[in-house]
Amino acid sequence: MVTPVLVEARGITKRFGPRTVLEDVDLDVHEGETVVIIGASGSGKTTFLRCLNRLETPETGQVRIADVTLGRRSDGRPADERELSQQRRLFGFVFQRFNLFPHLTAMQNVALGPRRVLGVRRAEAEARAVHELTRLGLAEHVGKRPGQLSGGQQQRVAIARALAMDPRVILFDEPTSALDPELVQEVLDAMRALAGEGMTMVVVTHEMRFARSVAHRAVFMADGRIVEQGVPNDLFGAPRDERLRRFLRHLEPHHDR
Amino acid sequence: MIFDWAVVQYAAPLLAHGVVMTLQVSSVAAVLGLVIGLAAGLGSLSNSLLLRGIIRFYVEFIRGTPLLIQIFLVFFALPVVGVRLPEFWAGVVALALNAGAYIAEVVRGTVGSIEKGQSEAALSIGMTRRGALLWVLLPQAWRPMLPALTNDLITLTKNSSLLSVISVYELTRAGQAIIATHFAPFEIFLLLALYYWALISALAWVSRRIEAALPSW
Ligand SMILES: Nc1ncnc2c1ncn2[C@@H]1O[C@H](COP(=O)(O)OP(=O)(O)O)[C@@H](O)[C@H]1O
Ligand SMILES: [Mg+2]
Repeated sequence: MVTPVLVEARGITKRFGPRTVLEDVDLDVHEGETVVIIGASGSGKTTFLRCLNRLETPETGQVRIADVTLGRRSDGRPADERELSQQRRLFGFVFQRFNLFPHLTAMQNVALGPRRVLGVRRAEAEARAVHELTRLGLAEHVGKRPGQLSGGQQQRVAIARALAMDPRVILFDEPTSALDPELVQEVLDAMRALAGEGMTMVVVTHEMRFARSVAHRAVFMADGRIVEQGVPNDLFGAPRDERLRRFLRHLEPHHDR
Repeated sequence: MIFDWAVVQYAAPLLAHGVVMTLQVSSVAAVLGLVIGLAAGLGSLSNSLLLRGIIRFYVEFIRGTPLLIQIFLVFFALPVVGVRLPEFWAGVVALALNAGAYIAEVVRGTVGSIEKGQSEAALSIGMTRRGALLWVLLPQAWRPMLPALTNDLITLTKNSSLLSVISVYELTRAGQAIIATHFAPFEIFLLLALYYWALISALAWVSRRIEAALPSW
């Protein structure tokens, strides 16, 4: 992409005990770009996303977003918890299992961040929540709790919750893999619309049709490294790495939408 | 032994004053104990090692020593360091500190057992750990906590009978006074037991009503 770099991950290494789960991962994401990350289960995709917004702290490496280095203050000293949580807000995060707040309605789920983090007044936060939910086609569901919603609706509420914080980039961790097949499309459509509006997105997914038609770039991870990347059609059409070839061959047919 | 109905009839209304005092001392102690327990329970989930250490010590000390000793400590030892509390307030403080430690464990256990994805979702929208505790985890913990909290408050109410030793004129103390002048220990202690039982049953009933009224999801 020709737009400036928005997120810059450099040399990300993450260990869990003796296991190195990410090794020296670099990734640039440009403003307005949609990057899809694919890779076998256990290759480190989730951990990488979580290192980007510091739900995990990498052992080495740096993540920069706009002019902020995560975990550092502008004077270079380590950020305290409050500062880090402000930096984390630059990223939206959509979880595989939604992680909606079960005791709150859809509207309250979306309004909670604006209210309690941004200090927006209740009426205003709720208006913002209704706006985001409407944008995701959930206008009739604002008053329902997650337990009363389908998986696809819940995941769209989760997207609205992320959007309400006005993030610079949204990270999606297999947003449709916990969904019944017939509910996948509505979530993918919402994501497609977001990408169309110019939202910067990093999406871990195995929905190949989505990747081909929406993503500007696809990245293949294996064993904690980025092995190969390129324009989706090139990457999927002419894979060079043997592991990528094997991975693409073994993708279940139902992944291909 | 002959059951002395006359003394029961005489004592029943007199003990009602004791009931009022038991209710007063227990409810004030319950409110204070809940505040202490909530603060200590949430504090033990914070990432400050010092705070967690202090709370650990407090909880272990309370759990490792008899309530009777704790009551005497508050009543007799605090004046040594210059804090003199009247009996009522010494009783309230002792009961609240005692219950607070057990409540802290309930809060820590319940809030701490809420699924990890909940606090991560809270962090992901920019909350601090503290914000996540307060706005996401604690609201989900009330309902599962309620039965254990009720138990602790029932225990507190029963424990208030120990305040008779520092002359708080609550139910047990009131009964003892009648026994001292009329010497009918069986009748009076039986009456006391019934009064306590009624109080506790009422408390349990209220708790069930609250539980039914709390939203579930
Ligand atoms: N909190 C953790 N503690 C220990 N090991 C973990 C933890 N999270 C992930 N792992 C391990 O790290 C590896 C990469 O996991 P993950 O990032 O979830 O992979 P992916 O999302 O690509 O399936 C896996 O082997 C997983 O078992
Ligand atoms: Mg994963």
